[in-house]
Amino acid sequence: MSERTPMIEMRNVSKHFGSVIALSDISMKVFSGEVMCLLGDNGAGKSTLIKTLSGVHRPTEGQLLLNGEEVRFKSPAYALDAGIATVFQDLAMIPLMSITRNFFMGREPTIGWGPFKRIDWKRADRIAKQEMAKIGIDVRDPSQPVGTLSGGERQCVAIARAVYFGAKVLILDEPTSALGVKQASVVLRYIAKARADGLAVIFITHNVHHAYPVADAFTLLKRGGSLGSFRKEDISREEVLNMMAGGAELESLDAELAEFQRSDQQDQQASSANTTPLSRASNA
Amino acid sequence: MQSNTSPQPSSPAAAQQDERIQRVPFWKKALSRPELGALAGTVLVLAFFIVAASGTGMFTPAGIVNFLEVAAQLGIIATAAALLMIGGEFDLSIGSMIGLAGILIAIPAVEYGWPLWSAILLAFACAGLVGWINGNLVNKTGLPSFIVTLGFLFILRGLAIGISRLLTGRTQIGGVHDHIPGDWFASLFSGEVATGLFAWMAEQGWIATNFAGNPLVTGIPVSIVWWLGLTAVATWVLLCTPYGNWIFASGGDANAARNSGVPVHRVKISLFMFTAFSATIFACLQVMDTGSADTIRGLLKELEAIIAVVIGGALLTGGYGSAIGAALGALIFGLVQMGIFYTGVNTDWFQVFLGVMLLVAVLFNNFMRKKAMEAK
Repeated sequence: MSERTPMIEMRNVSKHFGSVIALSDISMKVFSGEVMCLLGDNGAGKSTLIKTLSGVHRPTEGQLLLNGEEVRFKSPAYALDAGIATVFQDLAMIPLMSITRNFFMGREPTIGWGPFKRIDWKRADRIAKQEMAKIGIDVRDPSQPVGTLSGGERQCVAIARAVYFGAKVLILDEPTSALGVKQASVVLRYIAKARADGLAVIFITHNVHHAYPVADAFTLLKRGGSLGSFRKEDISREEVLNMMAGGAELESLDAELAEFQRSDQQDQQASSANTTPLSRASNA
Repeated sequence: MQSNTSPQPSSPAAAQQDERIQRVPFWKKALSRPELGALAGTVLVLAFFIVAASGTGMFTPAGIVNFLEVAAQLGIIATAAALLMIGGEFDLSIGSMIGLAGILIAIPAVEYGWPLWSAILLAFACAGLVGWINGNLVNKTGLPSFIVTLGFLFILRGLAIGISRLLTGRTQIGGVHDHIPGDWFASLFSGEVATGLFAWMAEQGWIATNFAGNPLVTGIPVSIVWWLGLTAVATWVLLCTPYGNWIFASGGDANAARNSGVPVHRVKISLFMFTAFSATIFACLQVMDTGSADTIRGLLKELEAIIAVVIGGALLTGGYGSAIGAALGALIFGLVQMGIFYTGVNTDWFQVFLGVMLLVAVLFNNFMRKKAMEAK
């Protein structure tokens, strides 16, 4: 395998909340120009992991390495300054504000000096429009409210914003989970583009069908622990799905369903012998 | 294919354009501005009184100055209340701050012989402190500003009455007029501007004069200048500066704003300080105008300011609104209050009108917001 330095690396990271072990001994490497898919069911520790990466939580044990150097983030602002941009599920978008106002929220380009310092709206509008055009969304009017955009387009604005402001590591929290098929494909295409631009992308999802086409590697989480990281060429979609859902649990589910089916059949046989099938059914 | 034979022939222009870049009619764009409702309301009210109050003197220069002065006083606090409401908070302590500021100006000047400018500065300093406390309490406790400032509504009113009675034994302090002449700072809050222009216009015979040839309206009251100035500055701040963007962001979604690096706490504290300052400006103008301070001044002004702001198109939930809208809301307020007086309708009805106007404005705003979100 390559001897490159990973853009971001977690070494034996654990996170405890009191007596709750939310993450235990997670190791993961993400290289620039790669998409790492973080898969896991609800409660697997996905959220805790990204919050640890983005500076919201400090790891209880273990190290975070950015470009080979150990880092400790005091707050999300420090992580952002270091080039780790996180697009959370709420997107940090304000629906009633315009696309441009949202795009530059907190980092407005200014012109003039002293008390006459003002937002350079011409430049801001142009950049917002350009950045959106790059991802294939033709914004008619960057002063239209973000609320008029579709969910997928909003997601793209949030990602475009992170990329424009110099993210080296892009963390996407369930970017496709609330989207329809067509909108999800818009976002997935953009993730592929961000990878081509040399970003290290961490894509959190529980949808293997969204993850598989764009991913270079997978890390599977289960109940706070890691089931391991796999290169895409080493693992098939079915294997991923199986590990994620927990093969053993699915098998027991199969057995249970078969049991239901058997008892239904028995009921049917019994009721066909009986003259009052409705009353039997309601008793059952 | 079947879809080629569409039943309704679409216009050639629409057929050429992509559905996303279709042209938006001008009126639809205008509808998404928050001030639109207030502008329509202003035109409506103005038209009504031009007809109903014709020949009563409401629209002579003196009458116009009258209702503009009413609008100006409210407009000054409404501007600050608008910024605060766009920033997602309320300030119910504005009215009480007016009463307290008046006392803080009058007592040191009249009872202790302070120069008026220093008394005014004291009032501004205290207002700044009150705003700072309001803002910090809201930030630190996470309580709704409605509750925090409701507390200060009573605290400040009580302080005004308590301090005034403790130091002077009265709740009204008069005699401020004697201290105004020669005080450069106080003169910012008293008198009229453009008096020369009005005298000149009287000489030319363009405006009405009295028997001595002096104009009936000698100038523009300074309160109107303050009002227009504050509205202009607030509009510029909101639309053109990063700070304005932070105000919208803080009110729209404080959490999202914080995640994007907006200093939400600082924005809110500064906005609370601004509403307290605006109340102090109001108090200065009133004290200089009447020559006295009274502890019950400014009663219910905080609610009137909120009404003006809401009529002006701001959302109670924050993140949306305009300073120009608040100015128009205040203008409607002044027009109706003076219009009812001029037309001879019992002034008791003013409050009925005010309540109805508020409800109509809120319903209209909600409707407009939905439209704005659909305007794709």
